[in-house]
Amino acid sequence: MLQLADIHKNYEGQPLLTGISFTVAADETVCLLGPSGSGKSTLLRIIAGLETAEQGTVCWDGQDMASIPVHQRNFGLVFQDYALFPHLLVFDNVAFGLRRQNLPKNEIEPRVADSLKQVNLATFASRQVTELSGGEQQRVALARALAPRPRLLMADEPLGALDRSLRERLLDELRGILRSTRIPAIYVTHDQEEAFAIADRVLLLHEGKIVRQGSPSEVWNEPRSAWEARFLGLGNVLEGVARLQVGKARPACAGAAGTGELGEGLQVETPVGVFELDCGHPHQAGEKVCLLLRPAGVRFAAEGNLRGVVADVLFHQDGFKVTLANGLYFYLPEAPQVGKEIRLDAPPTALRCLGASDA
Amino acid sequence: MLRISRMKRIGLSGFYPWLGASLFLGLFFFYPLARILWLGLSSTSLSTISTSSVRLTFSVILFTLFQALLSTLLTLLLGLPAAYLFARFDFRGKSLLRLLTAIPFMLPTVVVAAGFNALLGPRGWINLGLMRLFGLESPPIVFVYTLWAILLAHVFYNTTIVVRVVGNALAHLDPRLEQAARSLGADVRRAFWRVTLPLLRPSILAASLLVFLFDFTSFGVILLLGGPRFATLEVEIYIQAVQIFNLPLASILSLIQLLCTLAFSVLYSRIITRMSVATSPRAAASNLRRARSRREKLFVGGMVALLLAFFLLPMASLPLRSVARLEPALGDRTAVRYGLTGDYYAELFVNRLGSLFYAPPFEALVNSLLYAALTVILSLALGFPVAAALARPGRLERLLDPFLMLPLGASAVTLGLGYIITFNKPLITGHWTLIASPFLVPLAHTIIALPFVIRSLQPALASIPDRLRQAAATLGASPRRAWLTVDWPIVARATLAAAIFAFTVSLGEFGATSLVYRPEYPTLPIAIYRFLSQPGGLNYGQAMAMGTILMGVSGAGILAIEKLRLPGTGEF
Repeated sequence: MLQLADIHKNYEGQPLLTGISFTVAADETVCLLGPSGSGKSTLLRIIAGLETAEQGTVCWDGQDMASIPVHQRNFGLVFQDYALFPHLLVFDNVAFGLRRQNLPKNEIEPRVADSLKQVNLATFASRQVTELSGGEQQRVALARALAPRPRLLMADEPLGALDRSLRERLLDELRGILRSTRIPAIYVTHDQEEAFAIADRVLLLHEGKIVRQGSPSEVWNEPRSAWEARFLGLGNVLEGVARLQVGKARPACAGAAGTGELGEGLQVETPVGVFELDCGHPHQAGEKVCLLLRPAGVRFAAEGNLRGVVADVLFHQDGFKVTLANGLYFYLPEAPQVGKEIRLDAPPTALRCLGASDA
Repeated sequence: MLRISRMKRIGLSGFYPWLGASLFLGLFFFYPLARILWLGLSSTSLSTISTSSVRLTFSVILFTLFQALLSTLLTLLLGLPAAYLFARFDFRGKSLLRLLTAIPFMLPTVVVAAGFNALLGPRGWINLGLMRLFGLESPPIVFVYTLWAILLAHVFYNTTIVVRVVGNALAHLDPRLEQAARSLGADVRRAFWRVTLPLLRPSILAASLLVFLFDFTSFGVILLLGGPRFATLEVEIYIQAVQIFNLPLASILSLIQLLCTLAFSVLYSRIITRMSVATSPRAAASNLRRARSRREKLFVGGMVALLLAFFLLPMASLPLRSVARLEPALGDRTAVRYGLTGDYYAELFVNRLGSLFYAPPFEALVNSLLYAALTVILSLALGFPVAAALARPGRLERLLDPFLMLPLGASAVTLGLGYIITFNKPLITGHWTLIASPFLVPLAHTIIALPFVIRSLQPALASIPDRLRQAAATLGASPRRAWLTVDWPIVARATLAAAIFAFTVSLGEFGATSLVYRPEYPTLPIAIYRFLSQPGGLNYGQAMAMGTILMGVSGAGILAIEKLRLPGTGEF
């Protein structure tokens, strides 16, 4: 089990990571999700031992890794654009780690063959890596990292350079491999779809901290800040003012609620309308709050609480994506006319309180 | 349509830009070369070959290969760690140190020879210092006229090639390849041997071959620092042509030399083409770091000190020695007065021998400057139209381009030999012979400088998109006006660089000059060579003084070229 405690790291004098702590349990795939430049890759490199943190510890099963050099950690790492050895054949790339373990030759060959079969490249052993397509190179990189049977597999945006359909296919394969080998894994990406598709647990990295962790459905359904909602692209984020103080004193504020229990009613006045919703947070009248308005939960209603002029209509697999002149967007079953004013109803289920406004 | 309008704009058409350069190269390069070929392969010269000359030829070839191989190995020994230093570490004064290692490459051979002489020669700093310190009668260190002198000078010259070629490859090597090896269980040493080194192999091979080629064709260093005991092919051609006047044997040696050079060049260009496929280049900056561990600090500190000492000492000894009196003054056998002196410089203006063939050394400087000026004018006049044509290459250009670069492959001594064979008779019967005129020297220098001039003008001319001129035209500029306001400001820089290049090359040229110069019109390198090989402290001091002047002028030229270099061009 990997344990990270209070990792701090500066980059060019600026704090990049400020107190990162988390664990990766056996058999678990953890996904580090954050915008580019948030320090995800650096964190991986610290775990791998390629960089040292200014503060904090990396432990494996309770043993501090600080004094253990990269090559003795047995943590596999899949690099962003693969870093395949261009002077070696596919076979020798995959065998590289096995040779470093001083395995006998007759053991290396079947292990390489197994690894290549695992990534569907069984016939590629004697090919030049420079001749391979992006997807094939990606598979070789994965096979190379898996062949020495690492106790932890780390992947740094491994699918970033590939096109969408290939990415989805490889993601499925990778999930299958991780499940069958039961190797704990850390997967780094800035793409939430990728993260949600592969992770048992998602860690959201923002401004050097892990701001949220949970299962993909938790993170998706229960965002707790305007930043989370915006970064994950969950819908429209509105700023408004709380009108009524309805909550009784509850112990926690943003971050505690959200297990589906009924909260108190809250009324929020925003520039686009007044909304009512359930919320577990304690609020005071006049407090600035953020709301998430999910684009799929609204419907046409003559007396709806939301109005706006249609600016753009776009066909989308979930219905028509309708963008209003005020910048809000919704998925609606029918396409309204551009330029027309429409009224919509946003029920409490389409709304979620994101806590106090960041601004 | 477009081509025609383009030709009109340049004001030339078709073959015309090539006319000057073709005629010139034909007459002063290919024709003399053909004469060597003809003389070397003619039945009369083949029949004059004796067993002793065959034996001589073989031993000369053997020594040429031997010293080149040894020099190359030593150059790698210093160059590879230096390349690693420059490619991987960041430290104060780095760009200055890199410049310091690059300067020798273009420094005239006589200057390098004089520099090493001033440091380690019998009258050099170290020997005189040791003699004084321990009261010795004779210089304790024998350096000049040994194999070591040759090897060290070659390392001094060519280390920069390894630093540039291998260092460049190393700096652009993806650092994650090494990291991937580390994450797969390879320790630092293994990651280097299994991943980094194999990836560098083509660049090391290319650098080695290039260094070997330069060492193989080395002339001045062998003649000046090796002395009479050592002869490479180049030196033997010179000896046979100038001292023994056995032109047929000289021609045969020249042909052997040409064939070897050609073979190595072909090998080199093959490696170069293979090199470009192997690695995916990355920004160099990400590989740089400051030395952190004690071992790294020791390596960086040690290498910086070593490079500083090796490259700075010979270059600093020369000017210092030229103003230092360390021996008894002329005619004074008893009292040695140590101190600063300007005597050696003052002496340059005096013709002590009073002979017609011994002009005062100062005149050699004047000759050299005149020759250099002529070379600049000639090579620019011939090179500019060709470079302009090459900047927008058509079929003719692609066809003729390789011929222009051929003079790069022929050695200067071979060129000089060709001139001796060709121009010792009047071109047109009854007229004066060119060999008796002082003009052969700048002609030879122009042949040597021309490829460089063309290669430095061409990218600048090619870098100007037609759109700029079209924009100028739509804004009301006539073609001439457009050229002056658009092309010229861009080209001027490159032209200046090319001019300085031609000037510097001419000023320091020794190989061809030593064969074709007129005794009454010596150049500065020739005068330095003469004075270095003559006995006496005054002669030595004057050689030092002239060497210092030549080093100053050439050094300024080299620095100017470095400053003017277009970004992204000019790596060998």
